[in-house]
Amino acid sequence: METLLNDFSPGLFAVQTVLLLLFIFLMVKFAWKPILGSLNEREEGIQGALDAAEKAKREMANLQADNERLLQEARLEREAMLKEARELKSKMIADAEAEAQSQANKMIAQAQEAITNEKKAAMAELKSHVAGLSLDIAEKVVRNELSNKDKQLQLVEDMLAEATLN
Amino acid sequence: MKIVQQSFKCLALAILMFLPTSIFANNATQDGGQINTKEKVDAYIQHHIKDSHDFTFFSYTNDAGERKHVGFALPVIIWSSEGLVTFMSSEFHHNDDGTVVVEKDGLKFVKSHSKIYELEAGAKTVAFDEEHHVTNGKRLLDFSITKSVFGILLISALLFFWFFRLAKQYKKRQIPTGFGRILEPLVIYVRDEIAKPNIGDKHYRRFTGYLLTVFFFIWFLNLAGLTPLGFNVTGQLAVTACLALFTLVIYAVSGNKDFWQHILWMPGVPYLIRPVLAVIELVGTFVIKPFSLLIRLFANISAGHVIVMSLIAIMFVLKDSLGVAGATGLSFMLAVLIMFIEILVAFLQAYIFTMLSALFIGMAVAEHDHEHEHTASGLEIPDEEDIRGDFV
Repeated sequence: METLLNDFSPGLFAVQTVLLLLFIFLMVKFAWKPILGSLNEREEGIQGALDAAEKAKREMANLQADNERLLQEARLEREAMLKEARELKSKMIADAEAEAQSQANKMIAQAQEAITNEKKAAMAELKSHVAGLSLDIAEKVVRNELSNKDKQLQLVEDMLAEATLN
Repeated sequence: MKIVQQSFKCLALAILMFLPTSIFANNATQDGGQINTKEKVDAYIQHHIKDSHDFTFFSYTNDAGERKHVGFALPVIIWSSEGLVTFMSSEFHHNDDGTVVVEKDGLKFVKSHSKIYELEAGAKTVAFDEEHHVTNGKRLLDFSITKSVFGILLISALLFFWFFRLAKQYKKRQIPTGFGRILEPLVIYVRDEIAKPNIGDKHYRRFTGYLLTVFFFIWFLNLAGLTPLGFNVTGQLAVTACLALFTLVIYAVSGNKDFWQHILWMPGVPYLIRPVLAVIELVGTFVIKPFSLLIRLFANISAGHVIVMSLIAIMFVLKDSLGVAGATGLSFMLAVLIMFIEILVAFLQAYIFTMLSALFIGMAVAEHDHEHEHTASGLEIPDEEDIRGDFV
């Protein structure tokens, strides 16, 4: 201990104190302040850049989600449109079918009517024709019958008989 | 510009290399002999551990049997009875046992065991008692640029040059180039691993400058001590005491109300115990803490120097029993091994000093904004900070 105290140099202590004070002052002013300041600035810059990148990534994800949503909507819309078109098509076909059916029915009805009319006309004609023929035949028969007196009488009698029966 | 700078550096280096031989080569002491016995090795180591008034690179004995020292003289600045006296250390002619008397301004000075004494009026030569203490002279306050002061100046200048350049680099670019790439992580290391965790995020910025300065100052002086230049700056009690004093002043000045309250009037303990605790705390704060800092650094670095030199001395001391090759081999192997450890210790001691300084400062500025929890009997339940305090 005594040697230690003996070796302790107060002069060196004083010189070291002054030099260390000076050294600390110089280092703080010209080295540590600018260095630590720059380091801090840089670290903040890096943090800022990282934050910005993170934000950009989030925005990108949002954008992508938006796109996805738009795409989905478009897809749904397309499907809806397709469905509508399909429905329209089947409706049109059904309508056309119904129309055709009714048209056909109408035509058939007309044809039937025409047929009936024609038939009637034909019947009428046939009737008149038959009547004419009957008259001719009757005329010929009558003529033939009326050439004989007895027979004429006979006829009248028959007719009268018939008339009373009616 | 760059070329001019480079050539200037070369020139400075050349001057430094020439300086020793030109100044000192003709100086010889009567000391003479080689250092080859155990006692001489002991004395040599003891001498080396101490501060020195001149800078000697190496010594040798020439054919004529004269001891030659290659190095350069440093200025001696002493506060004598007549005021400040200065002369070059070469006037002592490397004498360290008081036999060479230097006369300046009518005063006589001698140097013994690296200390300068002013002889009493009328005394012609120095007188010693049986313990080899000077009896007829008084020890002077010595502000000389000794080898240690020279080392401090050299390392400070070097560190200032490096970090000033690093600071300048940031003006132009974000990421430093060259040597700055090595320095920057060290700065960040001290800031993030020493200052921040020990002082806390709120206050650390105020003290980071001091901690960085002290860390690099101690580390590079430790490393300089391992070079053949043979500085032993951080092994000087005066230097480590000064460093510890700085830490003490900083944490005493920046201590907040809580810190002083916990020292002087500890809350949460019975009133009778408080004065006793105050004494213990005061001694701990003002004596034990700084002493632990100064002794740890001084002892570790001095011990390192002694071990390295002792291992090198194996070469001479065991030459007879192991043979030249054996002794040299053993000495070389052990010295290299211990040198690696010393390089680690150089860093470790700088780290520990800085780290403990940060811890002490952290304890002084810690904010106890939280109320301590008290048990039913009024005892405080220690929180994290208290435990850390106890641990130290």
